[in-house]
Amino acid sequence: MDQALLTEVFTRLADGFVTTLEIFALTLLIALPLGLIMSFGSMSKFLPLKYAVRFLVWVVRGSPLMIQLILVFYGPGLLGQWALDLVANGNTNAVIIWLSNIGVMERFVAVIIAFSVNYACYFSEIYRGGIESIPKGQYEAGQVLGMTKTQVFFKVVLMQVVKRIIPPMSNEIITLVKDTSLARVIAVYELIWAGETFIKLKGIIWPLIATAIFYLAFSGLLTFVFGKIEKKLDYYKT
Amino acid sequence: MSVLEVKDLKKSFGKTDVLKGVSFNLEKGEVLSIIGSSGSGKTTILRCINQLETPDSGFISVGGEVFFDGNLEKENTKERRRKQLLVGLVFQDFHLFPQYNVLKNVTLAAELLAKERADYKQNKKAIHDEIIEKAKAILGKVGLSEKLTNYPCELSGGQKQRVSIARALMLEPEVLFFDEPTSALDPELTGEILKVIKSLAEENMTMVIVTHEMSFAKAVSSKVIFMDNGVIEEEGTPEEVFDNPKSQRTKEFISKFSD
Repeated sequence: MDQALLTEVFTRLADGFVTTLEIFALTLLIALPLGLIMSFGSMSKFLPLKYAVRFLVWVVRGSPLMIQLILVFYGPGLLGQWALDLVANGNTNAVIIWLSNIGVMERFVAVIIAFSVNYACYFSEIYRGGIESIPKGQYEAGQVLGMTKTQVFFKVVLMQVVKRIIPPMSNEIITLVKDTSLARVIAVYELIWAGETFIKLKGIIWPLIATAIFYLAFSGLLTFVFGKIEKKLDYYKT
Repeated sequence: MSVLEVKDLKKSFGKTDVLKGVSFNLEKGEVLSIIGSSGSGKTTILRCINQLETPDSGFISVGGEVFFDGNLEKENTKERRRKQLLVGLVFQDFHLFPQYNVLKNVTLAAELLAKERADYKQNKKAIHDEIIEKAKAILGKVGLSEKLTNYPCELSGGQKQRVSIARALMLEPEVLFFDEPTSALDPELTGEILKVIKSLAEENMTMVIVTHEMSFAKAVSSKVIFMDNGVIEEEGTPEEVFDNPKSQRTKEFISKFSD
């Protein structure tokens, strides 16, 4: 095997891998806190909020991420175009005029929005399960010790929730590593695309197989990290 | 003036009337035991006074502060928290914070309260040290000086309950409430808890104890209430209630424990 080909394959795969990593990291950065906020929404005593959040979770979890990616990418642009046509035909409605300014979505931005919302929905359900599994007595103990609700949540409940949700969260996060490959449906050049290029370009398939090694190594690393965290939280039992 | 006043307290859950008008007073330094069969409303009284349940009607005051007077208008949370510190509650199932060691379980609430003090920023270190020292002293008193760095999961039931008593004492409540403090313990462990409560009684701590330990209630209390079906069936000194019960229901209940 010649050196030049190896270098080219490696460079391209590394290129794709960087994008994969970016999608992964940014999605987590947004979806982890967004999911927590959504979980509060889905447990809210204010029923319209609760049902709105649960409806969103149902729709997002119930439909393919691939469709969501396509809709987020094409949707705004098509909406803008539709409004623009109306304006061209003499429509002077302020909302329509405002809508007509919407341009085509940046591909990478669309990917991050779709992934973040999708994963936030899954995370919110994991958080909700974790929070609801904490015995009422913990809240009551905090209350009779004069703590505020915020203090009870952050000082008493949160750490116990974290311990309980580590296994399901690591599941989702490892799934996210592989889901990043869906970004290619709106032409974001990620790892698998990089590998597949060589089938079309050079008629060789091993670079595509090599991408699997990246995924394996990465999820291996995550498994290791989560194992460490679990071990670290092992000093107490709930 | 009584340190604790409860007047015509009523509470129902759905269609079940759990408290049907309960009234009693407690003077400073008194120890009140509330006895009665399960479902008679004992625990609900404690939960109402400790603001864990909102009564339907009646009146509750602790240390001269009105906790509840039938007015369901929402009190601001700051007021509510300030009053909350006048009472302390020891739960049947301890409810310790599993992720913190024994010392931190006892200091946590005090540390959080200290942060609200105006002089906290200047005297951070001194305040912190003071809290630690106080907690260590209280834990010493309940016999847990050796367990400061242990986690709740490493303790026996009796030790856990002593931590939870220390945790409540740390905030120096006017009245300390115990909700069946030995019911979740193995019989051989109840003695250590009863000893702690007895020593608190000797220091004139005002306490209300819901319990099934009749001989203990008799020995430690200055006043006993027998609850039956949501009302106070009989009340008086331990001698009156245990040795010369007037009501038939009380007689039947006491006799079940006398063998």
